[in-house]
Amino acid sequence: MSFITRGFSGCSRERDERLPPGQTLVQDFPVLSAGPTPEVDTAEWEFTIRTESSVHRWNWDEFTSLAIDDVDTDIHCVTHWSKLGTSWRGVSLDTLFEQVETEQEYVMAHSYGGYTTNVPLDELLDGKAWVAFEFDGEPLEPEHGGPARLLVPHLYFWKSAKWVRGLVMMEQDEPGFWEQNGYHLHGDPWTEERYW
Amino acid sequence: MSDAATGTTAPAPAPSAALLAVPRSGWHVATVASTRRETPNASRIELEVDGWPGNAAGQHLDVRLTAPDGYTATRSYSIASSGAGTRVTIAVDKLPDGEVSPYLVDEVRAGDMLEVHGPLGAFFVWAPDAADAAAAGEARPVQLIAGGSGVVPLYAMAEAHGAAHDLTSFRLLYSVRSPDDVYFADELRRLAEASAALQLDLVYTRRSPAGWPTPPARITREVLEAAVIPAAERPRVFVCGSTGFVERVADWLVELGHDARSIRTERYGGT
Repeated sequence: MSFITRGFSGCSRERDERLPPGQTLVQDFPVLSAGPTPEVDTAEWEFTIRTESSVHRWNWDEFTSLAIDDVDTDIHCVTHWSKLGTSWRGVSLDTLFEQVETEQEYVMAHSYGGYTTNVPLDELLDGKAWVAFEFDGEPLEPEHGGPARLLVPHLYFWKSAKWVRGLVMMEQDEPGFWEQNGYHLHGDPWTEERYW
Repeated sequence: MSDAATGTTAPAPAPSAALLAVPRSGWHVATVASTRRETPNASRIELEVDGWPGNAAGQHLDVRLTAPDGYTATRSYSIASSGAGTRVTIAVDKLPDGEVSPYLVDEVRAGDMLEVHGPLGAFFVWAPDAADAAAAGEARPVQLIAGGSGVVPLYAMAEAHGAAHDLTSFRLLYSVRSPDDVYFADELRRLAEASAALQLDLVYTRRSPAGWPTPPARITREVLEAAVIPAAERPRVFVCGSTGFVERVADWLVELGHDARSIRTERYGGT
């Protein structure tokens, strides 16, 4: 139903092909949060993966001793900004799931502060997702999800849960916090799965 | 929305309380009914939106502009109005290097058509309490805290509160550069005069009106503590402004004993 808006010409004509539809390039790093930034001390920090049969746990030292990936990727926020060529360091979900046996195909990510977001397991494996604790060569700042956040760059960035503390396997897909409050169950930026 | 059901075999989400209160979003054609200068840097735009399902106070919408060569630009704006009906008001602050906001503030005029998608967001919303809950004293007080143009969704909440003659105790703390920069200045004054349940507190950061008791200054933890409903009264708190403002205020609220789960935040940013 798109029509031309009278008097609008726009600024930039160089459409970067890395930019999904409806997105605008930014140089800064905007913040989207639903509440206060939780303070999480790495001395208390713990990451768990809970399956139908067991719980796997890592404390901060154990976690940061795992194989660490350098990740260069573009990120896309549902609020219409994208940031290209961001650099992160973190642990691949492939590494975390090496020891994990599960038949369940869906994941709910849980964060310090109580937020949740759902992602199918096959969208977290095969080099598609990390738990990241460095951004641009520095420890990840609390307002951007530090000490550690999920990084699932092929989906809208609300899926990259800030202050992540664990994954819970689920038999069926269920909506997390943002998904219950208006955002899409899946969140592919290339098909603009923004809202329900 | 047709794409919501594709690519998943998941059951329908269990509706949260907030979900039930907000209408479903979709694309709509909006005709500009009127525009007026809101502040030296912002405009108020009243839209007549074909098929708009109504919206809750605090929700936002996306505006999509299309250039003659097909280039499009989309931005999100908070809605200053609420309730049933197809009239929707937004207030837009002009960003210095913006692409969409200068068009909306300086160029758009009555009769123009825009594409809008909404209403959006089911978390940063407030709805009038059931009258019996308020009468029974069970309704929690509401503290609104605005920085600059972040007042827009909070104004919608204050206006909905006034229109419903809601007895819930409401307080709006509004940090703004100068008297000229106050959004909805007349409406806010009238709302505060009309209802004993709404208290308005203004903090001027650059220039105060003549005779104002305190010199202009950015909000401090002490000012915040004095001007917000105390944590002991368990207010629900809504904070909206720039990221720096929201981070600072939300951190102080937690330090002052407010339950983090009772603090809802929204930030603006980007172009």
